[in-house]
Amino acid sequence: MTPLQGCLLVSALLFAIGFAGAVTRRHAILALVGIELMLNAANLNFIAFWRYGAHPEALTGVMFVIFSIAIAAAEAAVGLALIIAIYRHKKTSNLDEVKELKG
Amino acid sequence: MSDKIQQVFETFKHLSLVEKIDQLFVMLKQLVLACVPEALQPLVSGLLSVVLVLSVFPGVFAIITVIERKGLGRIQNRYGPNRVGIPFTNIRLCGFGQFIPDGIKSLTKEDIVPYAADKVVHFLAPIVMLIPVLLAYAVLPFGRNMTVADFDAGLLFFFAVGGAVEVSVFMAGWSSRNKYSLLGAMRAIAQMVSYEIPLILSAVTVVMIVGSLKLTDIVAHQSDYTFGIAHWYVFTPWGFVGFILFFIASLAESNRCPFDLPEAESEIIAGYFTEYSGFKFALFFLGEYLGMFAIIGLGVTLFLGGWTSPVSFLTWIPSYVWFLAKMIAIVFVFIWIRGTLPRLRMDQLMNFAWKFMLPLALINIVVAGIWHFMCHDWQRWLVCGAIIFGAYLVLGRGLMRNQKLSKRIYRYAE
Amino acid sequence: MSLPFIIIAFVTLFAAAAAMSLRNLVHCALAFVVAFAGLAALYLQLDAQFVGFAQILVYVGAIAILIVFAILLTRSGDTPNEAVLAPGWIYGIAVSAVVFTMLGWAVLNSSALPKQTPPAPATTVKNIGDLLMTKYVLPLEIIGLLLTAAMIGAVIIALKEPSKTDYSGRKT
Repeated sequence: MTPLQGCLLVSALLFAIGFAGAVTRRHAILALVGIELMLNAANLNFIAFWRYGAHPEALTGVMFVIFSIAIAAAEAAVGLALIIAIYRHKKTSNLDEVKELKG
Repeated sequence: MSDKIQQVFETFKHLSLVEKIDQLFVMLKQLVLACVPEALQPLVSGLLSVVLVLSVFPGVFAIITVIERKGLGRIQNRYGPNRVGIPFTNIRLCGFGQFIPDGIKSLTKEDIVPYAADKVVHFLAPIVMLIPVLLAYAVLPFGRNMTVADFDAGLLFFFAVGGAVEVSVFMAGWSSRNKYSLLGAMRAIAQMVSYEIPLILSAVTVVMIVGSLKLTDIVAHQSDYTFGIAHWYVFTPWGFVGFILFFIASLAESNRCPFDLPEAESEIIAGYFTEYSGFKFALFFLGEYLGMFAIIGLGVTLFLGGWTSPVSFLTWIPSYVWFLAKMIAIVFVFIWIRGTLPRLRMDQLMNFAWKFMLPLALINIVVAGIWHFMCHDWQRWLVCGAIIFGAYLVLGRGLMRNQKLSKRIYRYAE
Repeated sequence: MSLPFIIIAFVTLFAAAAAMSLRNLVHCALAFVVAFAGLAALYLQLDAQFVGFAQILVYVGAIAILIVFAILLTRSGDTPNEAVLAPGWIYGIAVSAVVFTMLGWAVLNSSALPKQTPPAPATTVKNIGDLLMTKYVLPLEIIGLLLTAAMIGAVIIALKEPSKTDYSGRKT
């Protein structure tokens, strides 16, 4: 197993854990946390391929990850603001109870 | 082995005496490394630097706590601690031995953990505060060739570990299951996050002019002398404003007066420290002061020239002595401000950060750009100074707009 | 695959699993912080210094604090008494196991992966800055716009609506 394969396996496992959490937990914030874990797993993938792939001096992987981190920050801010607004309206943050379009 | 020691002496032989004293610690470290087998050398090198940092800065912390108490006492028209010398001896130190009984007291006090507290998080919070703060010392250049870890992105590393302190504040406040702790922790985090932005923006101006995030490069760019005065960035208009902004923001980041609402005794008992006693409180106290020293050290590196001397005829004083002297001078100003200014209320604090310091920091960045690209003579001083002064007036008037300053009305009980 | 890499990977995965499975939300958030810090350590292991430090600055210093604030503002700080897993959670775990198996099989048996390890690239922050200002300047400007829009949007969404009182004097 080369180091690249080791990194990719770690990132695949992280992705699976994030996916499992986002799908199975009831709380809205934990779904967002799962999505962040999946994004981070993809970032790790990019950095692993940048380091162990061809042309690491082109810095493509690093650039992609920098932009990905910035986008993840923006998305987390908006997502959490949405969760707070929904809580204020419905007094619950349970995803199973926020299933009606009415209100 | 002795020929390796000979090699070390050879590399340092050509330096003059002044330079030898300047590079004393570097020489000692090379000597010890020469006596250690090859495989262990990185480990021992790291350990030596860490031991130096861990012995100097808590020592400075101990002395500064005493000086703070005495200084605050004098400002408040009373004596501070003035009797304790070295215990069990007859040596009188006019109170400078106070840190020894203080340390023993905090070590032997009973460690009370509230019944409903979250035990694991409560235990980990002081440790999570102390580790990033100690990590921050790794990138500061204490002297010529005396940085523990000279990263290419050293400044970014410093701000990254500064952000990790906020997690520990939350852990401390939440795990105590105390309304006042949680409120104090939330206020402290809001204050730290708000003031992190002017802090980083005022450091960005220096990075723009130097063109590198490496702290040793930033110090090297400030080590020229014109007419005997050094090229410190604090002597330029944008650097002066940047330094003032950095200074105020570092007061807020270390939760010092006038920004100590989250932990002031008359406001919220002790904020997020309330449920901590004994050694854990001592760790928090140590972490807070070490964080203050680290951020002052960064301010000295960025704006006050790091380990360089201000005038060209004083360069014979060793570089680490200059760094420590500048750091302690700024600590004195911190103590002075603590004794003099009243505390800011939470909304005043946030207004100040977002409505005054942030716009001024952004305008400072523009002014630094103008400074860099204008021709290098006296006109740029005038232009940059005028822009900054105008911005300060406009923003200051904007802050004062809501205060209707009128004649004072006295109301007496009838 | 050196020993530090294996240790950091274990810590990260364990913290991520804990973040997704603990009952108390604040413990989840703190485990999340450990997972991010572990990921930053992995980036540093892979010689991506700038990304590692940026990861700590953005994720640990900002996003984790955001999550913690959101947990407290939605009053979810106590350990819940009801079930924390959605109905049909077993299907979620099954699907994620299938996903990991597929990805793992693809990684281990692929012939497209390079076999040799190239030497560590000498990246400096200056190179990143040069690229950001020349080749990637358009994404940079768009990210600036995006962050501004996200900030303003988040503030507006989470803003407390001014309370209106209806005809019977009750506040809505």
